[in-house]
Amino acid sequence: MTDTLLAVRNLSVTYPGDDGDVRAVRNVSFTLGRERLGIVGESGSGKSTTGRAIMGLVGPPGRIEADELRLGDTDLRGLSERGFRKLRGQRIAMVLQDPKYSLDPVMSVGQQIAETHRSHLRSTNRDARRAALEMLQAVHIRDPERVYTLYPHQVSGGMGQRVMIAMMLIAGPDILIADEPTSALDVTVQTQVLAIIDDLVRSRGMGLILISHNLHLVSSFCDRVLVMYAGQVLETCVAGKLAEAKHPYTRGLLAALPQLGNRRAELPQLQRDPAWMADLA
Amino acid sequence: MITLDDVTIAYGSGSRALVAVRDLTLSVAEGEAVGMVGESGSGKSTVLRAVAGLIPYATGEIKLAGRRVDRRRTTAQRKMTQMVFQDPYGSLHPNQTVDQILAMPIAIHRLDRGEARIAQVLAEVGLGREHRYRYPHQLSGGQRQRVAIARALILEPRILLLDEPTSALDVSVQAEILNLLSRLRRDHGLTMLMVSHDLAVIAHLCERIGVMSRGQLLEITTATAMANNQVTHDYTRQLLRSNAGFDRSSVASGELDVVAG
Repeated sequence: MTDTLLAVRNLSVTYPGDDGDVRAVRNVSFTLGRERLGIVGESGSGKSTTGRAIMGLVGPPGRIEADELRLGDTDLRGLSERGFRKLRGQRIAMVLQDPKYSLDPVMSVGQQIAETHRSHLRSTNRDARRAALEMLQAVHIRDPERVYTLYPHQVSGGMGQRVMIAMMLIAGPDILIADEPTSALDVTVQTQVLAIIDDLVRSRGMGLILISHNLHLVSSFCDRVLVMYAGQVLETCVAGKLAEAKHPYTRGLLAALPQLGNRRAELPQLQRDPAWMADLA
Repeated sequence: MITLDDVTIAYGSGSRALVAVRDLTLSVAEGEAVGMVGESGSGKSTVLRAVAGLIPYATGEIKLAGRRVDRRRTTAQRKMTQMVFQDPYGSLHPNQTVDQILAMPIAIHRLDRGEARIAQVLAEVGLGREHRYRYPHQLSGGQRQRVAIARALILEPRILLLDEPTSALDVSVQAEILNLLSRLRRDHGLTMLMVSHDLAVIAHLCERIGVMSRGQLLEITTATAMANNQVTHDYTRQLLRSNAGFDRSSVASGELDVVAG
């Protein structure tokens, strides 16, 4: 692995609840280099909250604590909202699940991409427009001039997600966090969108964090995988070797997946061990 | 048990009609489970809705248990086919308790022994008595889907229509619901027609699988043939590849441009 883009040590996110604090993320540690890191887990495992904490998107009453939370040479702990706004887009960007909800419905997609360029690079309208068109081309949109003028409701889900990727990468961030980027898309379109992310992340030498509940997807796409459960990282494995995972939770999840060509009368159901909830060191 | 003969289904009428399903012929034997896969907009859910009688069909004929059915149905015909929807968060009335949700079909169909039926069906789908007087928001996603299944089951249908019954659920919960559905099918001799985008889920429950694209049934194959990659259509092959996870080689550089609006 090369240089470290992101270092996270003992990250915890806590929300106050009626019956005491809810610890959504507990002592999560990892580093990210120029690689593709996957985070898998079921709903409520804290995988998205981890991503949001890195983006500075956990607002009050949520609390973030960490021994280290560093983006390159910038300490993210206690960074102001203003400080985060400078980083978001330019150094670290995030693609969310459904482009229908994350694009502005009353602004053409081209203008939205250009706006990102203008606000981060202080470019002129003309430069921003040209950069946006180039970016649309980079995400394999065939007729960028036409698509530039379309509004979000006029584009398909696959195209909308490519527009999101274009918008996120136009300011040249070092890290892309993709939170379930293809879950709202058809399986055949999923592969194409992932290939585009893969190409761009590689050619720009970026680090990628792919957050997903889909074990097959993460193990076939990423280099390394963190398995999260109840806010903690239970296990880290080499993605290609997820099948050899050791932790009973990971093994249980894998076994519970129906498989083509291996039809079982009954799927083994995951037996949750209360011990998995206990704090890991 | 279910026969569709040359069925065409359109939304709207006249020159603005949108044909969602064209000339579809399919039959499902009693006790059989048939699955349908396809991309969004391929018409797979439309077929389910027409079989359930939620929407009318334009031409052709749908027969249930040998009898032609239209959108207007007798109470007995409605009782025979029940449906479970994708989103357990959207398909249950938020202001009704589980007990009220399950009492409604009993009242509509004027069944006797309502009390006993509710208790029995709850036990059958693996919910305890403590769940009976809760509201949907007090239940987990898997528990809600069990309530939706119980609501369909309480009328003792012979046909169960399933529209993506597990795609909103976590993997571990999905396994529980799939096991529940297999058991119910075995115990009640249910005929099932199921729609999903997940090939592995379909192949787990169904023997035969229909592949739909743009309103047409491209082919009907079996779960075994799918597993052995014996499929004839390109689209089916693409589905199979996507299902196996991300494979860089399956995306030729030209193919990236293919996805249009």
